[in-house]
This record gives sequence, C-alpha cells and structure tokens, in this order.
Amino acid sequence: MRKHWGLRAYAVIYLAFLYAPILLLPLFAFNDAAIIAFPLSGFSTRWFEQLWTTQALHDALRNSLVIATVTALLATTLGVCAARAGTLPNFPGKRGALGFVMLPLVLPEIVIAVALLIVVRQVLDLNLSNWTVIAAHTVICIPFSIAILNGAFQNLDPSFEEAAMDLGETRWGAFRLVILPLVLPGIVSSLLICFIISLDDFVIAQFLTGANPTMPVYIYGLTRFVDALPLIMALGTILVTISVLLLVIAEYFRRRGVARAGLKDSGGFL
Amino acid sequence: MITPSKAPLIQLRGVHKYYGDYHALRGIDLEIRQGEFFSLLGPSGCGKTTLLRTIAGFEGLSSGILAIDGRDMAAVPANHRPTNMVFQSYAIFPHLSVAQNVGFGLRRESMSRDQKARAVAEALEMVGLGGYGGRAAHALSGGQRQRVALARALILKPKVLLLDEPLSALDKKMRETMQVELIKLQRNVGITFILVTHDQEEALIMSDRIAVMFEGDIEQMADPETLYRRPTSRRVAEFIGKMNLLPGQVAMEGNRIIVDVAGLGRGAVEAEQAPGGVVPGATTVGVRPETLGLLFPGETTSRRLADGVVDEVVYYGDMTYYDVRVPGIERPLTISMKNLIGQPVLDVGTPTQVVWDERSLVVLSR
Repeated sequence: MRKHWGLRAYAVIYLAFLYAPILLLPLFAFNDAAIIAFPLSGFSTRWFEQLWTTQALHDALRNSLVIATVTALLATTLGVCAARAGTLPNFPGKRGALGFVMLPLVLPEIVIAVALLIVVRQVLDLNLSNWTVIAAHTVICIPFSIAILNGAFQNLDPSFEEAAMDLGETRWGAFRLVILPLVLPGIVSSLLICFIISLDDFVIAQFLTGANPTMPVYIYGLTRFVDALPLIMALGTILVTISVLLLVIAEYFRRRGVARAGLKDSGGFL
Repeated sequence: MITPSKAPLIQLRGVHKYYGDYHALRGIDLEIRQGEFFSLLGPSGCGKTTLLRTIAGFEGLSSGILAIDGRDMAAVPANHRPTNMVFQSYAIFPHLSVAQNVGFGLRRESMSRDQKARAVAEALEMVGLGGYGGRAAHALSGGQRQRVALARALILKPKVLLLDEPLSALDKKMRETMQVELIKLQRNVGITFILVTHDQEEALIMSDRIAVMFEGDIEQMADPETLYRRPTSRRVAEFIGKMNLLPGQVAMEGNRIIVDVAGLGRGAVEAEQAPGGVVPGATTVGVRPETLGLLFPGETTSRRLADGVVDEVVYYGDMTYYDVRVPGIERPLTISMKNLIGQPVLDVGTPTQVVWDERSLVVLSR
C-alpha cells in the first residue's frame, strides 16, 4: 500500500477540489451573518425561513418543477421510441438517425440556446414561455434518455417479443406485458435524470424563459444583490440535496433493472 | 401412444425466401404428418432455422405456399397460428414466476382462474417440474429453463411444436437426458414436433423423419436408418456419421451394377445401394467404418480381404477406431471394431487385413 501514497494523495486532492466548494454551501447557509466570510458568527435557520416567505422564489420553483416534469415525460417517451427502434433489424438510415439524435450531447448548450431562440422568435414568431423552455430542455435531455434506455433495451433477449407473440399476444401486448416491465427501471432512471437536467439548466432557460423565470434564472438574478448571497447558499443547499437524492434513486432503479434481467453490471452513473 | 397418421398436417410447396439478394430458402417442398417427430438437420446457415421461423410466422414467404391443417397461413400472423415455439435461448420472461411464464399463453383463453391454475400445474407436472410454480424464473438452471419453455408452449395444445436447437445450450449429460424425455413427451402428447438441429446424432436418435438441408434446399428426406445407410449424395454421407469416401468406377452389366473400388476391388451391388441413381463412369463410393472389419490373428472369414497397415488407433472403451493404410487408397480407411472379449487392440504399424464385402458399399454419384 505504501508505494501508492502518491496516487492516494492525488485522489484525496481531486475529491477535495470537487466537493469542498459545495460543502461551503451548507456552512454559510446556516451561518448567522449576511456577509459570506470567516469567521462564522453562529448557527441560524433564518435564511431558510426567509426562503419560505419569498413569493417570487415560490413562483420560480413551481415553474421549474412544471418544466422539469413535462420535459422528463416528453424526453423519456421519445427516448423509449428511439431505443425501441434501435433494437429493430437494420433499416435504411438507422445508424445515421441514432447518431444525429445523440449529437446535442456534445454541442455547447449556448449554441443550442441561441439557435432555438432564433427559431422560436424569428422563424416561428412565437412568444417565449414555459413551453419554449420545455421544448429546448427536451432536445438536450433526449440524448441522455436514449443513452440510458438503449442500455435497457439492448440487454433484452430479442426472442422475448417473439415468444410473447408466439403465445398469442399482439405486438402491442408483447410490448406492454414483457418489454415494458423489463425496461421499466430504465424508464424510471431516465425520468429522474431528465428531471434533474431540466431542473439544473441555466443557460438554455436564461435565453428561452418567458415572463416567469425558472429557479436557476431566478438565482442568477439574485446574485446582483450582495445581501441575498446567504439566501442563495440556503437555496443551493436544498438543490444539491435534492439532486443527489434523485441521482441515487435513478441509479438504484438502473441497477435493479440490470439485476432483474440477470446481467452483469457495466457502467452507470454511480 | 398415438401413431402418426397419413394425413399431412403441414404442407410447403415451392417455398422461397429472400433477404435482399440472399436466397435463404430455395424452393422447399415438404409434407409433415400429424404426430410425427420431424427434424430439420444441416450445418449453420443452411436455412433450417429460417424454415422453422417461416412455419412459426416470424418470417414471411417470398413465394410459395404454407398450409397447416389444410389452412393457408399466408394471412395468419404468428399469434394466431396453431404453432408454439421453444426458442434456442428459451426466452423465459425473467420478471415473471415459473407459473406466470407457463400460464402466459392462457391470458387470452376464456377459463376461470382455478382452471388456469390447474392447467399450469398439470403442464409443470408433465415436464417434471411439479411444485416449481412459485419459483422466480431467473433462478432456474439450464435444464429447468428448458422444461419451463416446453410447458409454456405445450399448455396451449398446439398442433405443432417448433423446437429451435433446444438442447444446444445444455451440457452433454443433460442433453442426453432431455433427448430421451423429449421423445417420451412427444409420444405422450401426440403433438407434431419439428426440431431444428445441427447435431446429426441428436436428429438420428429423436426423429421419425429427417430433412437434411444444405444451402437453402432439402438434399435428402428420409427416416434415420435410410438416411444413415443409404445417403443419396456425398454431402449427406459426410454430414451424417463417419463415412469413408473412396474413388471408384461404376458400370451397368445387363441388370447388374458393377463397382470397382480403388484399393479394394470389383463387386456387384444391389440397386438400393445406389440410392442417388447410377451414372456410369467415375464415382465416389461410401463405406461406413462399422461395415468394415479387421482380421485378427487366428481368425478366418468368407468375406473379402485387403492388405493394410494400422496407421492410427483411437480407443473409446467400448469401441476402437483404426485408421488403416491400404495400398491404392490415398486416405487411410477408418474402421470401427467392437472391443469383444479376448480381442486385442492393435498397435500402430501392425500389418493387418481389412475385411469387406459388396454390401458395405454405397454408390454416391452426386
């Protein structure tokens, strides 16, 4: 073990860089001072209480939740269709289609945001609203959804569907009774991941949000006021907790899906 | 036990199947009788699985006619055909219990919950898995999965049970056990079985009739004994069992068929020994290892003899396989001998005499 001390130190420093800044969030969120600075002045929950009574924040939160929920449902539904198509025997343009669908994963978000803004305002001449944010979020979530669901669908024995049809079921019956239950953990996992991506997104929402800001956009707005910083810390604490919780739940369902299909685990998020 | 009747249950006429440019089935004509245990045998890529999937309804026909029980199947999808399939992977649904798997096909039947439960219990009993209904499907062994797949297919009382290489995933011992059980099961239920296999021994053991397929076409269709003893072509002879292939000349002298085999000699054969027909001239003659023998010291025989030298000895316990070099024959002759009491196992290099006669020969014109 001794000879690996260099690698160990590297791992510790690496993790510290990753998580130390985030650990500062709860530290100052519960600090009884309006200024973000050491030394700490004492324990307080007043910032959380203030969050509780800020109406604009509640509106932003509700907006974000609505957008994230609808986005997760849309992206996952489309992801199921794409992943199912991926299991079909080769059809013309299959590789190309699946490749292009995954492209938003590597495009800079700001490029997508500007392009969508132009389409919405100049080409379609629509007003910005929650729906424009949902459409954009769906676009960036679909690659994640497909990546997760592809795994679930590719793991299935291609004979399952034929076996169900052989036993008298229609194609839809075979999908509903056999395929769907087997990929359900993947679907839950996809819903949660898309929900988090939408909830966390700032760049796209900043460009495409209408009169009602989403949570990250609202937080960005707050940063202009120095005395609002502890509020952001408190809010950040809550968001980080929720995100980690959702990620753990998503991973739990993904692993359960792998176990259920009786397969060896390869990859995943956690 | 139900004996096979003469009425054809399945009829195929001029069946062709193309995948793009690939000609997978090249004009299959086939009749399978009610109650028959029928095998489709051939090397991988010969079209046997495609043919089975065609009968199941998973693949359409490019041309030709497929009828089951007198009914044209062209417009009948897989879920409405009177066939059920045991898949190579078994395709046991991993999220369902054993009983739910077996009862899957009963979902659409108008039966009470009790009736269904009884049918499932009976089906499990039939395949030797009584009391296994509550088990999780993914916790089963290979042999058990196969039994569940059988019960799941047979519970619907299909007219035809289709088996796609059902034993290939099992180890040798288990495979032999299941072969015997499948034969018994087929006799008990009286359902027509169609088995796809690349294992010639398995086909010989289990089938009433076998169709040997090469390159999308049926090369020979016969009962196991005829197929083994009287193959019509060189390919079939080589694919089924061990066969010595010797160059020879065949000629008609009046009504008699005269064969001159390199290294052995001339002899007259019966017409049935040339099942593929006689084309006078150069031909290939097949000789099964067990129709030849070795003359051990002190023995005499009225059969014909050829001198040779032992080239290779493979000892199987009950049998010994000798490769014997005979002057005038390029490749050594393979000869199998039962290891009887008092009979020695010869060493490599021992001079010996090969015992043969005209009845050993099969003329393979094609």
